[in-house]
Amino acid sequence: MTRETAINLLLAALLLALPLIAAGIGEPFYVTLATRVVVLALAAVGLNLALGLGGLLSFGHAAFFGLGGYAAGILATHAFNAEPLFAGIPGTTSMPLIWLVAIAVAGLVALPIGAISLRTTGVYFIMITLAFAQMIYYFAISWPAYGGEDGLSIYVRNSFPGLNTAQPLPYFLICFAVLIAALLLFRLIEGSRFGSAVQAARQNGVRLAAVGIPPFRIRLVAFVLSAMITGLAGALYADLNRFVGPSMLSWHMSGELMVLIILGGKGRLFGPVAGAMIFVCLEYVLGGITERWQFFLGLILLGIVLFARGGFLGLLSGKPRHV
Amino acid sequence: MFTALLIEQLLNGLQLGVMLFLMAAGLTLIFGVMGLINLAHGSLYMIGAFACAVVASATGSFWLGLIASLVAAAGVGALIEVAVIRRLYDRDHLDQVLATFALILILSEGARWLFGSFPLYLDIPKLLQGAVPLPGGGQYQLYRLAIIAVGIVVAVGLYLLIARTRLGMRIRAGESDREMIAALGVDISTLYTVVFALGAALAGLAGALVGALQSVQVGMGEPVLILAFVVIVIGGIGSIKGALVGAVIVGVVDTMGRFLLPSLLALTMPAAQATTIGAALASMLIYVVMALILAFRPSGLFAAQS
Repeated sequence: MTRETAINLLLAALLLALPLIAAGIGEPFYVTLATRVVVLALAAVGLNLALGLGGLLSFGHAAFFGLGGYAAGILATHAFNAEPLFAGIPGTTSMPLIWLVAIAVAGLVALPIGAISLRTTGVYFIMITLAFAQMIYYFAISWPAYGGEDGLSIYVRNSFPGLNTAQPLPYFLICFAVLIAALLLFRLIEGSRFGSAVQAARQNGVRLAAVGIPPFRIRLVAFVLSAMITGLAGALYADLNRFVGPSMLSWHMSGELMVLIILGGKGRLFGPVAGAMIFVCLEYVLGGITERWQFFLGLILLGIVLFARGGFLGLLSGKPRHV
Repeated sequence: MFTALLIEQLLNGLQLGVMLFLMAAGLTLIFGVMGLINLAHGSLYMIGAFACAVVASATGSFWLGLIASLVAAAGVGALIEVAVIRRLYDRDHLDQVLATFALILILSEGARWLFGSFPLYLDIPKLLQGAVPLPGGGQYQLYRLAIIAVGIVVAVGLYLLIARTRLGMRIRAGESDREMIAALGVDISTLYTVVFALGAALAGLAGALVGALQSVQVGMGEPVLILAFVVIVIGGIGSIKGALVGAVIVGVVDTMGRFLLPSLLALTMPAAQATTIGAALASMLIYVVMALILAFRPSGLFAAQS
C-alpha cells in the first residue's frame, strides 16, 4: 500500500466517521455540513475526470451541476403540483429516477458543448466552456417558468426506497455511497484502456493520433462522462438544500469546483475529496470568525496556487505516479 | 418612429460595443504579450468605477474622478502585476485562472469592506447632459455619444501607440519573441508591468464611464468580463483589431437581439409569450453567434498567433 492509498483510506474513514459521531451526539448540523462536503466532492470528481485525467480545463462545469439541480427541482415541482411535465409524462420524487434524468440531461447538453469547444484548445477552450455555461445561466435567469432569478424550492426532499431522506444521516449515507461509487468508477476508468487514451490525449494528442486513436473522440467521451457525474452531484445538491437557483449555474460555481481540485491535488483519485473537506472547513471556520471570509479565502487560495503546487495530497504523499 | 427607435438601439449597441472594446483591448493585449489569462480584469473595471464615484462626490468634479479612475486602476494593476501576476507567466493556464480567481475574491471583498454593499451613484457631468436630436424624430443622450467618441479616440490612440511608438515596437516584439527582446537589452519585466497597467487603465476608464449610466457596486465587473471574453474569442485572442470588430459585433447583436427578437416572435405567437421567449433567446444570442463563428474559424476572426 502506497502512502497515498493510506491517506485516501484515512480520508474516507474520517469523512464517514465524523457525521456518524455527530449524529450520535445529536449535532445534525455537522451531518449536513459533511453532506455538503460529499456532494461538492462528487461534483469535483466529475470535473477531475476532464481536468485531471484529460487536461481539459473546463471553466463551465457549473452548467452541468446546475442542470442536474434543475432536473431534480423541476421533476419534484411537477410531482408536487401533480402537473404533467409534457405529453402526459408526470414528474417524480423518486431519487433514483431523478438521478437518471439528471445524468442524461447533463450528458446530452455536454455533447454539443464539448463537440464545439473541443475544436479549440488552450485558453480558447477555457473561455468557450465559460461562455456556454453563462449562456445557460442567463437562460435560467430570464426564463420565468421555473423561478427565473428567484430559483425553485423543493418543498419535501425527494424520496429513496427504504430510507427516510428527511433525516440528515440517511441522506448523508446515500450521498456518501454515491461518492464512493463515483470514486470506484474513476479508478476503473483511470486503469482502463480508455483511461490510458484519455491521459495520452492530455500528454500528447499528436502521438495518440499517430497510433490510430483520434484524440477528439476520446476527449469528447471524457468530457461527457465528466459532465454526467457533475450533473448527478447537482441533483444531490439541490435535494440537500431543497432549493435550486441560478447561482448553481454561475461561473463562481465553476471556479469553486476547480478550486476544490487544486486544493486537494489535480488528477489524484482523492484530490476532490480532500479539496472539498478543506474548502468547506475553511468556509465554515473563516465564516465563523469574520464576515469577510471570502477575502481571506482568496489570500489562502492565492498562497496555495503560488507556493504549494500539487495541493494537499501532493504535500502529503509526494509526486503522483502519472507525472 | 420605428426608424428613430432603430437608430437609437443601434447607437446603444455601438456604445456597449465601445465599452466592451475598452475592456477587451486590455485583456487581449495582456494575453498577446504575456500569454496570461486575467480573470481579475473585471475587478480593475470595478476599481475604476469606485475611484471615479468617490473622487467625483468628494470634489464635485466628474473629470477629476475620471483621472482618479485611470490612476487608481493603473496603480492597482501595476501593484498586482508586481506582487502576483509576475509569478504566473511561466505557469499553465489553470494556475493563472485560479490565481486571478483568488484575486477577484480578494478585490471584491476588499471593495465591499471599504465602500459597503450599497451601490454608489455617479452623475453625468453638466457638459454632457442633455440629448441630441436623431434623424427620424428621436432624441439621443449626449453622454452615450461621448462614450462612443471616447472609444473611437482610444482605438485610434492604441493603434498609433502600437504601430508608431517605441513602446509599441517593444510590445509587438514582446508578442513575437520575449527572449530575443530581452537579449537586445529591453527591460522585459518593466515592459510587462507597463502593458499590464495600460490594460488596467483602459478597464478602469470603461468602469468610470459606465458608472455614470448604471450604479457603481461590487460585482459590476463580472458580467462585463465575460462579455469581453466572448469578444476576444470572436475577434481572435491577441489581436487588437479583432477586439474592436468583436466588441462591435457583440454590442450590436446583443442590443438588437433584445430589441428585435420579441417583436419578431410576436408575429407568430401571442405577445406575452413572445416577450418571455424573445427575452430568453436574446440573452443567449451572442453565445450562439460565438459558437457559429468558432465552428468556422476556431481561432477567431483575426487570429494573431497560433
